Amino acid sequence: MREARQNDPMTPTPYRVLEKRREQADSFTLELASINAGGGQNFRPGQFNMLYVFGVGEVPISISGDPANADRLVHTIRNVGGVTNAMAGLNKGDVIGVRGPFGSAWPVKEAEGDDVVIIAGGVGLAPLRPAIHHVLTDRSKYGRFVILYGARTPRDIMFMPELMKWRGRFDTQVEVTVDRTSNDWSGNVGAVTKLIPRADFDRGRATVLVCGPEIMMRFAIAELDGSGVSKDSIYVSMERNMKCAVGFCGHCQFGGYFVCRDGPVFPYGKIEALLKIREL
Amino acid sequence: MVKIEGFDKLMREHHFFRNMAKESCRILSGCAKNERFDADACIIREGDPADKFYLIRDGAVALELHMPGKNPIILETLHTGDIFGWSWIVSPYKWSYDARAVKPTRLISLEAKCLRKKIKKNHTLGFDLYSQFIPVMGKRLNATRLQMIDIYGKS
Repeated sequence: MREARQNDPMTPTPYRVLEKRREQADSFTLELASINAGGGQNFRPGQFNMLYVFGVGEVPISISGDPANADRLVHTIRNVGGVTNAMAGLNKGDVIGVRGPFGSAWPVKEAEGDDVVIIAGGVGLAPLRPAIHHVLTDRSKYGRFVILYGARTPRDIMFMPELMKWRGRFDTQVEVTVDRTSNDWSGNVGAVTKLIPRADFDRGRATVLVCGPEIMMRFAIAELDGSGVSKDSIYVSMERNMKCAVGFCGHCQFGGYFVCRDGPVFPYGKIEALLKIREL
Repeated sequence: MVKIEGFDKLMREHHFFRNMAKESCRILSGCAKNERFDADACIIREGDPADKFYLIRDGAVALELHMPGKNPIILETLHTGDIFGWSWIVSPYKWSYDARAVKPTRLISLEAKCLRKKIKKNHTLGFDLYSQFIPVMGKRLNATRLQMIDIYGKS
């Protein structure tokens, strides 16, 4: 009976908060471990979990940890509403419900042999972090590796120590830009799309993974379009109002797809037409 | 003459002039000179006469707006292969922001009076030059709009 419940995608599994880290003023990272013996979660980069604060509610949150570490589930969360606000109040030792992992993944296996380009904006770096870990772990299987990241201000840059560490590698190009700053910042200033023409990768042999606000993704794709990158090589992570996470409730319907089940990661070519429909 | 040919080559190697007619590039090179700025040096200053436009050969430049009593706001950073300073095209030919070298920077500057004189005489040259400018301006405008709308803010 208990096993049947554990396999039920609608039943949350209890996880304990091992650590809570503040990332920025409005975001934080929770590191979780299953309470059940032998628990833990194998996930693919790009997938998400439904996190349930008991008595408050449930929200979909992308997994931001290393897929090689199944024992420690990592989620980076932006405090934007009631449930995430309650999550921000959790402390080490508290228990949270987890359903998942759900959804499609970044095509890290299919991209082997290609140059890989990550384009992220704001909190959109979190869902791409597992893909970055994956590529860096199996670095020799990929060509050039480029990470382009845009944030609002220097204070809003996520995972700054890691970005610095990745930038320090000789086999990874990391470019960070901010929208606004004063002159105490010596890095790039401008939209993340401006980093694309300067990035060093083979346009004809690259897999591009894009995650961020939808407007940013549209402009990033417009910049890639015409530069030689094929539409089929571009992948985006979509965000819609996901509730059940298994394609039953229809809240996250996006044209003929359910973002929770068919996404959140889509090949751009598959949803290009849908992105032009303003009512969606 | 040797000097002009040198600039002609340098300019054609620059991203901005890559698609420009060879002859136009040769004519414009007569207005060009090399400039070099140390890190943190002021290149242009808001309100001063816009008497040049610049191609970045190597380095980085920050476009800034000064704020009385505060640190300047950086509007944008530009890098090798970029251009800046199009106030020379538009009357009253005054810079509308400051530009500062972020690190040691080498530029090609083109003298505005010389450019205006040449394109007034030679409209094909003007068309050629503006055909290079307009796409850059369009892209910058789009990027600025994206920067302005606070896309990373809470939705």
